[in-house]
Amino acid sequence: MPAIEIIGLEKTYTVGFWRKKPKCALRPLHLSVEEGEIFGFLGPNGAGKTTTLKLLMRLVYPTAGTARILGMELDDPRMRAQIGFLPEQPYFYDYLTARELLDYYGRLSGVPGKERSHKVDEVLNLVGLPDAGGVQLRKFSKGMLQRVGIGQAILHDPKVVFLDEPMSGLDPMGRREVRDLMERLKQAGKTVFFSTHILADAEALCDRVAIIHLGELRGVGAVADLTSSVHGRVELVWQGNTIPAAIRELGAESHISGDTVRAVLPEECQEAAIEALRRERLHLISLTPVRTSLEDYFVQKLQPSRTVAEVRS
Amino acid sequence: MKARIVAIASNTFREAVRDRVLYNLIAFALLMSGAAILVGQISIDIERLVVINLGLTAVSLFGMVIAIFIGIGLVSKEIEKRTLYTVLSRPVRRWEFIVGKFFGLAGTLIVNTVFMAVGVFAALLYVSHHFQQPDSWILVALYFIILQFVIITALALLFSSFSSSLLSAVFAFSLFVIGSFAEDLRGFAGLTHGLTRWLATGAAYLVPNFCALNVISSVAHQQPVAGQLIFYNTVYALIYAAMVLSGAVLIFEHRNLK
Repeated sequence: MPAIEIIGLEKTYTVGFWRKKPKCALRPLHLSVEEGEIFGFLGPNGAGKTTTLKLLMRLVYPTAGTARILGMELDDPRMRAQIGFLPEQPYFYDYLTARELLDYYGRLSGVPGKERSHKVDEVLNLVGLPDAGGVQLRKFSKGMLQRVGIGQAILHDPKVVFLDEPMSGLDPMGRREVRDLMERLKQAGKTVFFSTHILADAEALCDRVAIIHLGELRGVGAVADLTSSVHGRVELVWQGNTIPAAIRELGAESHISGDTVRAVLPEECQEAAIEALRRERLHLISLTPVRTSLEDYFVQKLQPSRTVAEVRS
Repeated sequence: MKARIVAIASNTFREAVRDRVLYNLIAFALLMSGAAILVGQISIDIERLVVINLGLTAVSLFGMVIAIFIGIGLVSKEIEKRTLYTVLSRPVRRWEFIVGKFFGLAGTLIVNTVFMAVGVFAALLYVSHHFQQPDSWILVALYFIILQFVIITALALLFSSFSSSLLSAVFAFSLFVIGSFAEDLRGFAGLTHGLTRWLATGAAYLVPNFCALNVISSVAHQQPVAGQLIFYNTVYALIYAAMVLSGAVLIFEHRNLK
């Protein structure tokens, strides 16, 4: 049974006061996330990531489609007790101390009184705020609020954790700690669904990712599988300070440095390039494949699809 | 369910306390002390009447202002600040949130009223040096004032569930003013004919009847309040508040929290 199953979830808002117009925030989305996965939901700002999370949290209602979490319907309170959610740029009751806030969320999630106090201390330690439990949240920095936010999302030991831009507002150390925390959640058998537009985080953490743009799913799969689908490139390095005309014609990006030349060109042109070097009697030093990054895949997927482009024109 | 409602209510109460809402009691205490000293010096034989009238009217107005200005932000502020997102992602039903908020503010107002009531009785004791048997009717007047708070809290919550804080304040305050003249509106409806009569009667019964819940003047004149009125007013206020709260829940249940 998948931890999260999204079946044709769709959201169209009506905008305008007098002349109301439909605005599609999410086209029918089909997605499945397995238990124990760290799943990255990637897309630029305004892509539909937060809308999807709000739909899953029942903060907004879908125009069409449905979803199940842990095999249960979205409005099932039994399921709600087993999930945790961190919204984007969270804001909490700033008149409460961190300990009071976590205690409040523990009460709402049905954590028994005796266990709650212990859990609150444990979570404060886990998110790196062991000494800030008695401080009112209005005195917290953005990074500290983010940590408290993550704390409230995991306080009740949920099976599935949804994090909307969890690294936002954190310094490099904080980001590292959140990454470690997510790894620990995975090791504890939790499912983590997180949205981000920071690709390095997704590449470092995720078992699988989905890319969404303009409310439309553009790709989904394991990071290694997705990046291998991007057209590969190779880097050639040879001795000398000349670039054969044949290599230029292949569309290579070349750079002369001292008595070596580096050229990056499409993988399928590598034989022709080597042949050109041989003809010119130039000494080939190395030939290495250029590692395709998630960023390359992301950029490729964000290009308007032909259908979409045609519709828009 | 009960535990979640209690948690939300106690958090609402805590917010009011931490936001120094109960500081209004200082202003009230100053007002009552000043009035008692002044009335004691310039009034002859009507000190009790003036202190009870002034005290209970101040209790009512202070409470109404708090009920409206906190009530209008109970839902809309939570949406604007997005604090609601983490609450509703938990096993909290939307109606539980509304009901919890309602009890939280109603509780704040009751505590506030109890403190102000102590102030009224203290001022009364200062000007007349002893209590009289009819003074017990002041408690009934205070009870009716609390019933008014229950209604206005429910109304403020209703408006807060679909409009901005500013509009909610305008709506709630307008209804408070109109409701204070509900008997006049009913009298006016009786003078009209045809469609106007239907509309005026409908409006007169739709707005909360705060006139019936205002016995300040008769209590100040040491007139008793009929038990039947206490019963009917209690039933009226509870049914009215329950209906308004149901409306708030109905609207909030279907609202997209963009």
